[in-house]
Amino acid sequence: MGDVKFMKGNEALSEAMIRAGCDAYFGYPITPQSEVLEYLAREATKRTGMVVLQAESEVSAINMIYGAAGCGKRVMTTSSSPGISLMQEGLSYIASAELPCLVANINRGGPGLGTIQPAQGDYFQSVKGGGHGDYHLVVLAPCSVQEMVDYVKLGFELADKYRTPVMILADGAIGQMMEKVELFPQMERVVTDYPWATTGRPAGKDRRYITSLHIQPEKMEEINHTLQAKYKVMQETEVRYQALHLDDAEYLMTGFGLAARICIKAMELGRAKGYKIGMIRPQTLFPFPTKIYAEVAPRIKGILDVEMNAGQMIEDVRLSVEGKTRVEFFGRMGGMIPSPDEILENFEKYFIKGS
Amino acid sequence: MSELNEIMNPIKENICLPEFLVYERPDTLTEQEFHYCPGCGHSTVHKLLMEVVSEMGIVGDTIGVAPVGCSVFAYHYLGVDMQQAAHGRACAVATGIKRVMPEKIVFTYQGDGDLAAIGTAETVHAANRGENLLVIFINNGIYGMTSGQMAPTSLEGMVTTTSPYGRDVLTQGYPLKISELLAHLPGVYYVTRQAVNTAGNVRKTKKALQRGLEYQKKNLGFCLVEVVSNCPSNLKMTPLESNEFVANQMIPFYPLGDIKVPEVK
Repeated sequence: MGDVKFMKGNEALSEAMIRAGCDAYFGYPITPQSEVLEYLAREATKRTGMVVLQAESEVSAINMIYGAAGCGKRVMTTSSSPGISLMQEGLSYIASAELPCLVANINRGGPGLGTIQPAQGDYFQSVKGGGHGDYHLVVLAPCSVQEMVDYVKLGFELADKYRTPVMILADGAIGQMMEKVELFPQMERVVTDYPWATTGRPAGKDRRYITSLHIQPEKMEEINHTLQAKYKVMQETEVRYQALHLDDAEYLMTGFGLAARICIKAMELGRAKGYKIGMIRPQTLFPFPTKIYAEVAPRIKGILDVEMNAGQMIEDVRLSVEGKTRVEFFGRMGGMIPSPDEILENFEKYFIKGS
Repeated sequence: MSELNEIMNPIKENICLPEFLVYERPDTLTEQEFHYCPGCGHSTVHKLLMEVVSEMGIVGDTIGVAPVGCSVFAYHYLGVDMQQAAHGRACAVATGIKRVMPEKIVFTYQGDGDLAAIGTAETVHAANRGENLLVIFINNGIYGMTSGQMAPTSLEGMVTTTSPYGRDVLTQGYPLKISELLAHLPGVYYVTRQAVNTAGNVRKTKKALQRGLEYQKKNLGFCLVEVVSNCPSNLKMTPLESNEFVANQMIPFYPLGDIKVPEVK
């Protein structure tokens, strides 16, 4: 067992980054995640020699990530919604050049400069590509400080395994709240000799180059096929979700991250009133747990999807159930957090009183 | 006349024999044929850079960053490990490389649009942090790859496809002397402006590149070698005319020589 500590989400994430043997962090301050850079600046370099650099912008930070990842190093950046928007160009290049890296988005209310309170309005941006071109990030959605830590380790593993950018999509509440957390032990910083990494041309061998430019359309299509094949493998093997009471469920509540955590409370309140409610909480938003929704859909009366946005993940839920059950939505936006009571009220409105 | 031909013809034939060649392709330049237009300065600077890398014996220790612009394919020609950066982000990418591999020699190769327009923030802040990089800055005063639009370094009154009546500084801004601007920063160690329009200037450019790389071997700070270059295709000139344009128009505004050199103590 590792150390058990009482930590803030952003600090736990930073601690996990150090312990995962991360080689470099490049970032830019933005609320509600500035603790990450502060914590790393204080702790990381003196403990593991990790590079920590405050960039002049998120644009620059993500391109520093590109450079360092291209040298085969374990690298990470973090930001919040407006800053993540600035990183989209870089993420598209990183996905295309197939470089491994980890990015955390501590989602705040938007659009625009928005607000600094927690929100989930960046689902589409995170899951559907975000930048230009056909690509995906692996998207992990933590609902607790513990998962912030767990997903740093998992995120690096998936990034390395698939040579792909991985995103942790959290929100301002998970970043800011304090909880008990079990930390994994310090891992060694490993030097991996990747054949593709630009670490200086080896004597007697050809030089390596990292690029996302393939001017011949035949070649560019081939690269696209390679990426899509990779995403297909992820969809088959990397889906993660939490399921509750599926055995007796007549209804489902669903959501991700903080909204899902509040849903669990709403579900419990509902079950106490005699409603047979189950729960699916996707932990990977890409790849999305399509199969479990499809499996459950024919035998339930309806799903209430709860998000802190105007209804984004609900599109994937509806695609998954293929019309076999009713899917309704309840959401709060702009930094407002739904309460368990109002979730249950909406559940009753759609499925008990209205049906 | 026929007598002269008798003397000249064997010379012409022989001059191409390998044993009579003065210059060779440096072994760090790949076999790939350049896509650059005839007479373009990029080819010369590529060759010079790889000559210096070969002569210094740092092929295995050098990592380069290619920009977006005409030299976007530099990684096909420069036979060292290379990364291709997003438009303007070369100095950020190079920072990422150098910070995780401080023992390596890292250079960027950028044009005026890449370095002094879209990438100004990345360039200025990398310089201000004193990143140990060599930035090779090709200034031909025009956008080449997108075919002749106004660059930040286009001269006042210069006709381009986006300044068809000549660059009007009151509405389109002034030509940017970014090398002079960067030279003021304390993190910057060496700034020089050279050209490749004459044989003499080519030799000086080579020396400047060598100096920049030598400084980086010792990690002394940010080094910038600006090369005032030509763009025959987009200036709609012959290579010779474009070199005259460099000499008569560009160099008077962008004077050659060292802008910042280390103080001798």
